Amino acid sequence: LSQPRTLAPPERRVATVSGVERLGAYDLITALDRFGPTDPRPGQFYMLAAAREWGGGTDERPYLPRAFSYARARVESDGLALSFLLEAVGPGTERLSQLAPEEHMALVGPLGVGFRAPAEGTRPVLVGGGIGAAPLLCWQEELATSAPAVLLGFRGAAHAQAAALFGPGPEVVTDDGSVGREGLVTELLAVELDDDPRATVYACGPPQMLEAVRALCAKREVPAQLAMESGMACGFGACFGCVVPTSNGYVRLCVDGPVMDAAILETTLVAGAGH
Amino acid sequence: LSDRSIELCGVGLRGPILNGSGTFDVLAARRAFGDALIERFPFDAYVSKTITLAPRQGNPPPRLWETPAGLINSIGLPNKGLAGFLESDLPAIDRILNAAGAFTGGDLTAPDPAPAGPGPEIATGGPGPDPARAAGIPLIVSVMGFSRDELAALVAAVGERAEVAMLELNVSCPNVETGLIMGADPAETALAVERARPELEKPLIVKLTPNAADPAAVAMAAQDAGADAVSLVNTLKGMAVQPDSREPWLGGGAGGVSGPAIRAIALEQVAAVASRLEIPVVGIGGIASGRHARDFLAAGAAAVAVGTESFRDPAAGRRIAAELAALSLSSEQGNHPRAECDPVWGMARRGFVAECGNFETQPADRSNLLDQNPCKRH
Repeated sequence: LSQPRTLAPPERRVATVSGVERLGAYDLITALDRFGPTDPRPGQFYMLAAAREWGGGTDERPYLPRAFSYARARVESDGLALSFLLEAVGPGTERLSQLAPEEHMALVGPLGVGFRAPAEGTRPVLVGGGIGAAPLLCWQEELATSAPAVLLGFRGAAHAQAAALFGPGPEVVTDDGSVGREGLVTELLAVELDDDPRATVYACGPPQMLEAVRALCAKREVPAQLAMESGMACGFGACFGCVVPTSNGYVRLCVDGPVMDAAILETTLVAGAGH
Repeated sequence: LSDRSIELCGVGLRGPILNGSGTFDVLAARRAFGDALIERFPFDAYVSKTITLAPRQGNPPPRLWETPAGLINSIGLPNKGLAGFLESDLPAIDRILNAAGAFTGGDLTAPDPAPAGPGPEIATGGPGPDPARAAGIPLIVSVMGFSRDELAALVAAVGERAEVAMLELNVSCPNVETGLIMGADPAETALAVERARPELEKPLIVKLTPNAADPAAVAMAAQDAGADAVSLVNTLKGMAVQPDSREPWLGGGAGGVSGPAIRAIALEQVAAVASRLEIPVVGIGGIASGRHARDFLAAGAAAVAVGTESFRDPAAGRRIAAELAALSLSSEQGNHPRAECDPVWGMARRGFVAECGNFETQPADRSNLLDQNPCKRH
């Protein structure tokens, strides 16, 4: 089975920001990529930087590009409109969130391996926590014919506004009960698997959430693919920084992930991950 | 032959841009970029990740920390070990480099047709690669041993492979026999190089650490012990603290700082070492543009290596090469045609810092230096 990996050009290139949409706590930033492939695979990611003023900010950072799974990709007449969901939590995301239409972004990608098709005889169940909803959006679109269940968890109402991107489908929980029920998204997953355990689970979110998904799926012998995050300097296997422990030893998320088969992971609670 | 070509220790390179060891994995990059990596290969010679005798998993994460204009890494030399490298990685790397050698580097300022002949001229008498392989991108394999015998075994086993053009000794590790960091001490370095040198017919580069009291003294010791070139700098020691726990952030405790943050320090060390050595120097440390590369060449480097900048842009090596070529064409041709000695590409190495005084000196003012020593060794 060939890997869901569209190759990236081996150069950093410039994309032009075409839209910034405020979604509560998040920004959905869209940029027109005129020089990259038009067929990235859901779950793949791009290394992003602002083309100007990348560096020199608070604490004289950012310096390195930041890895983002794309949330949406639309083929347009003059390129690919790529959308990324971001929240300003550090110097890099802060600078990216300042980008306005017509400004430039530097990017490399698509990188890594995306989501693989559901296991034979199973239906897809998509589980997102917070900004981890991003790669599930394009995956939901691709799986549209099988009408995947989408379960999303957020901190509160401001973050839960991202659920609107998914249309009417998703079930939403929040930590504070301000939108949907109060609770954890893994509780929704447990109910979903109680109803019908013949599922392939696709999850992306904070490490603690992924660990809960991994444990739940392992216990019920449900296959799961986890889109993970780690501190990453390069995105193409050069720096060896983004490793996670697996049954095959340390594996680089950027070339062997970021979508990992949950069965080979020893844990998702990797120090420094998900920051 | 491309106008950018240089010779390093008797090995012809199509240009002066290498990668720093451990900053570019061609096997992973091939998976991410496909054949485009081969068609637009970013370096003129490729330096492998450091190979150790036994396989290593590397350090526990977190392994990275972003600093102001730089990066701290604590990777811990993960590799398959000597046997695994020779069996699987080396042939795969060789295939990529040979294929990449058939492309001239694309849209650099002065593109040449693909060499139909035997490729770069190899100096007679000096050790060099098999002429049949000369058209490929030369491979420099980095090795590290935890004792001098281990180092010798690694050098012998890697050096006899036809795919390998040169070796680089990574001496930034402790010698388990003495507890000293080999590369921090001139005597330790000399003993390591003396032990390894007879095991190898090919050129031997010693990669120097900046974490030494007197890097030039270590470099001199390496030269006297038989090194054919030195490369510097490796990373500077550094650390970061986790803000909440106040524990060290990196899984390995401390790490090494790289990137523009260390460029000025690296430049001074390269100048200090180059002013004392007869053998060529590969300059490394935060090089991110053609201007930076030119600064290191001006400080006496025969070639430069790009490291952390490749993390930001996988094509950084090609971009820097093109910027350097443009600088060379635009500014400093003067009375020194490239074939003899180009003021940018083969800057007079002796006494640059002492005699020029500062880096504001105009190129014309350096003509007396160029006359004295027009890049005679490279």
